Amino acid sequence: MDTLTVEPEQCVVSFQEVSKRYQSKDAVSSLSFSVPAGKVVGLIGPNGSGKTTTLKLMTGLLRPTCGSVQMRGEAVTRAGASRRISYLSDDAAVYSFYTVGQMLDYYAGMYGDFDLQKATKMLSFMKLEAHEGVRILSKGNLGRLKLILALSRQVPLIVMDEPLSGLDPLVRQSIMKGLISFIDLDRQTVVLSTHEVDEVEPLLDVVLLLEAGRIRGMAYTEDIRVRYGESMVGWMREVLET
Amino acid sequence: MGDEFKSSQPIYFQLVQRICRQVVRGELAAGEKLPSVRDMAVEAGVNPNTIQRVYTELERMRVAETRRGQGTFVTDKRALLSQLRNDLMTEQITDFLRDMKEMGFTPQEIVAGVQSYLNMDGANE
Repeated sequence: MDTLTVEPEQCVVSFQEVSKRYQSKDAVSSLSFSVPAGKVVGLIGPNGSGKTTTLKLMTGLLRPTCGSVQMRGEAVTRAGASRRISYLSDDAAVYSFYTVGQMLDYYAGMYGDFDLQKATKMLSFMKLEAHEGVRILSKGNLGRLKLILALSRQVPLIVMDEPLSGLDPLVRQSIMKGLISFIDLDRQTVVLSTHEVDEVEPLLDVVLLLEAGRIRGMAYTEDIRVRYGESMVGWMREVLET
Repeated sequence: MGDEFKSSQPIYFQLVQRICRQVVRGELAAGEKLPSVRDMAVEAGVNPNTIQRVYTELERMRVAETRRGQGTFVTDKRALLSQLRNDLMTEQITDFLRDMKEMGFTPQEIVAGVQSYLNMDGANE
């Protein structure tokens, strides 16, 4: 199985033998991996493979049944995590009675690390209007707003669950472009889950492949091409077929 | 996104090749400033770390050089540019000859084929 070794000083978050059990079933089991700092990590795998559970464990929204999730040597807790991790969930709470501008202000008020200037720059880059009601935003614009809220927090780890899901190809491209334009990899690490494996590959430094709650492989995306002579989709297919 | 990449080779490698071609073709002039890492990343639709690797590799090849605080520039040293041009030609010829030999063409046939094509091409200009 392809694995990635990360030096402890380079590690932003690590999972050690993490399992999450619901009733009699393991949503994820024996997850052990490290996320290297300053990289964009893609979490991929079939539906039901445990991607969302893994991200929630990473952000402290779920507690492991066993094993530990650590950030810089400290166990990740919900309270501690919110200060160091920005989490964009698939069904992120965006207050429908606010305008776009008010959402930014709300975040600025709630998080001391929120960079309002950056958020405003991103707003105009994404061509969003501050006065628009969040309630009437198109799916695409809602996706753009969520990206802005996630990236404008100056925290070491940004976690995004399916940031491109349900969006048309042009919107997906513009969101990826926004991510490339505004991510600060000198200070931040991004972990995102996705189904759009082909499209997102050029964005990723590292890929983590899950299936049925277990890790099936983790590698640098460029190494996959060097070692196997194929893209991520080809690698994913090969690994899952063995 | 913006660009299409072959899946058999690392993306950074393909971008290095593309930039080298642009230099030899004169699309990128000697001494010209390359886009910032971030601008190139957006343009190519790739991770900024990948572009950083591209620029580092170009520097290692001495096709480009980074000046602190200013950016990355195509080399202006004629000898290096000339070397790059020759290297690209050698690469093309090697690939071409390998393909032709695999198809069973003899060196004489290859030379005659290339010569006649060039003559035809010259006649058409």
